Amino acid sequence: MSTVTHTPGGLAGPDQTPPPARTPPQRAAVGGGRAGARFFNGFSHLFLAVWAIMVVYPLLWVVMSALKTDSEVIRKPLSLIPERLQWDNFARAWTEGHIGSFFLNTILVLTGSVFLTMLLGSMAAYVLARYEFRGNRLIYYMFLSGLTLPIYLAAVPLFKGVYNTGVVLPFLGPNSHLMLILVYVAWSLSFTVFFMHSFFRTLPTAIAEAGMVDGASHSRLFFSVMLPMAKPGLISIGIFNVLGQWNQWYLPTLLMQSVAGEPKNQVISQGLIELSVNQGYRSDWSGLFAGVTMAMLPVLIVYIVFQRQVQSGLTAGVSK
Amino acid sequence: MRHGVARFVTGFLALPVGLYLFYVVWPFLQAAGYSLTDWGGYSDRQQFVGLDNYLRLFSDELIRKAFWHNVFFLITVPLFTIALALFLAFLLNVGGREDKAGIRGVFGSGLYKVIFFFPQVLSLVVIAVMWQQIYRADGQGLINGMLMKIGLVSEDDPITFMYDPEPFLGVPAVLWWLLLIAVWSGAGFYMVLFSAAMQSIPKDVYEAAILDGAGRFHTFFRITLPLLRDTVSVAWVYLGFIALDMYALVFVMTPSQGGPNHASEIFASVLNFTAFQKGQFGYACAMGVALAIFTILLAALQLRITRRERIEY
Repeated sequence: MSTVTHTPGGLAGPDQTPPPARTPPQRAAVGGGRAGARFFNGFSHLFLAVWAIMVVYPLLWVVMSALKTDSEVIRKPLSLIPERLQWDNFARAWTEGHIGSFFLNTILVLTGSVFLTMLLGSMAAYVLARYEFRGNRLIYYMFLSGLTLPIYLAAVPLFKGVYNTGVVLPFLGPNSHLMLILVYVAWSLSFTVFFMHSFFRTLPTAIAEAGMVDGASHSRLFFSVMLPMAKPGLISIGIFNVLGQWNQWYLPTLLMQSVAGEPKNQVISQGLIELSVNQGYRSDWSGLFAGVTMAMLPVLIVYIVFQRQVQSGLTAGVSK
Repeated sequence: MRHGVARFVTGFLALPVGLYLFYVVWPFLQAAGYSLTDWGGYSDRQQFVGLDNYLRLFSDELIRKAFWHNVFFLITVPLFTIALALFLAFLLNVGGREDKAGIRGVFGSGLYKVIFFFPQVLSLVVIAVMWQQIYRADGQGLINGMLMKIGLVSEDDPITFMYDPEPFLGVPAVLWWLLLIAVWSGAGFYMVLFSAAMQSIPKDVYEAAILDGAGRFHTFFRITLPLLRDTVSVAWVYLGFIALDMYALVFVMTPSQGGPNHASEIFASVLNFTAFQKGQFGYACAMGVALAIFTILLAALQLRITRRERIEY
């Protein structure tokens, strides 16, 4: 990190003589000199700032366009300052664009699916990591293989399987929240098991043995000793799953089509796709921008608040 | 005691394994089975046709096109993303001033990291819908609007982005525009990853190098980069998966999901088109199996190439 520390005396001192330049002569000669270093520092800032603008500007543009009128979006597409803030764009996208109900659907599904993914995933990973039994490797590799297989391959039979289940058990059929929860859990298990497996392996055995000696049962040992010890891993994989499942669009598009007359149980990604398709006919540009803003801002705000955890959580997911 | 363990293990595994078998493994196995039939998807009639579907893959013009488009993404997405991410991480970590403590990161690097990471937390659909508006083929689009304002693009002849099948360097322009989105959304994440790896390299390695008279460029290319090898190769494998998964962008952004005129078809889009529009489920499953084999081979190959002894410090 780059914290430039000022000594208090240097700042408050009455005589503002510049501090003597402390350039080790030998290093300056090799590194291209002080001027070269300063130029490089300036160049770094310039390039980094340009990239930062390239990231932020489109996002800002979307948010600001969401606050314009439709005619303003067409007349002055580039301006970042709306003439008058049009909050009703959000209201329109929320109700007419169904973003509101899709939003609540998503939260409902995620609450169940993330909790179950974490619980079932760490249970399986724990057993596979710490107990020897026949078929252990087989089950582990079965979970692992799901990481490499493309989801599209399973699309058709998965749809058929869900459809057939729905004939017998309607609450597990297409367009049902519980079904989507279970599907999310199943498809998130691969990575969760893989990640938690390596995590449980690193935990010391001594504490587990001590617990055993004290007469704790296997499941008690897991819930009150091992799981609390695995907390850092759980946070990482939890963030990973929340973002992954929030962003999921293929599975819902495949499984959550509501036939006419059925309640609309779709999730937010589908709502956005719907908005962006419909916008071509109704040209409700500001409503579309408002929809995108509402799908984008909550995640961004959560990220900004927990940025350290999110960054390390997601990067840990890759480097394990 | 033994008995207790068996009960415990079964109890803990039953639910996750059951769910996984039903919703993941079983569909995959079925897909492999269907790939040997001519099942259309809507009828109950299906006939065993052996490997016919697979042989058909080789003579399918659309598949060949999609295959090369996949290969294009497979090379360019990791290449450009990693290059940009490394460059940003380099600027961030060694772009600052030099002093007794060695070379520092630039001022405000924490803020830059937070900002660069933004696209990573946005969903692909949000990114796709947003870029659809940025890429609009008239003055209302962000890029066209800007270029028209400074006079680089005339109003009658805007950049057509997603509607441009004209090849650029032998590859349809629409693919390059999609690539730009992939790099835009991925660079920040890998920058943070590389940055963390750079910071885990112990300081004394650098100090020794600086004592030996190495400048910041030398230190970067001779020390940092070789020590980052592991991280970079992991990043390459992950980006390979992402490159195979450009479907969300193609689905939301391109005309008729793979257009114009099939210029942006990739494996996944052809598969979905074949299954759900043309109603040839058996053939679509064969495509899926081929894609799966291709993916696994590729992952194995990449792991093999990039494997090397780990450097401990």
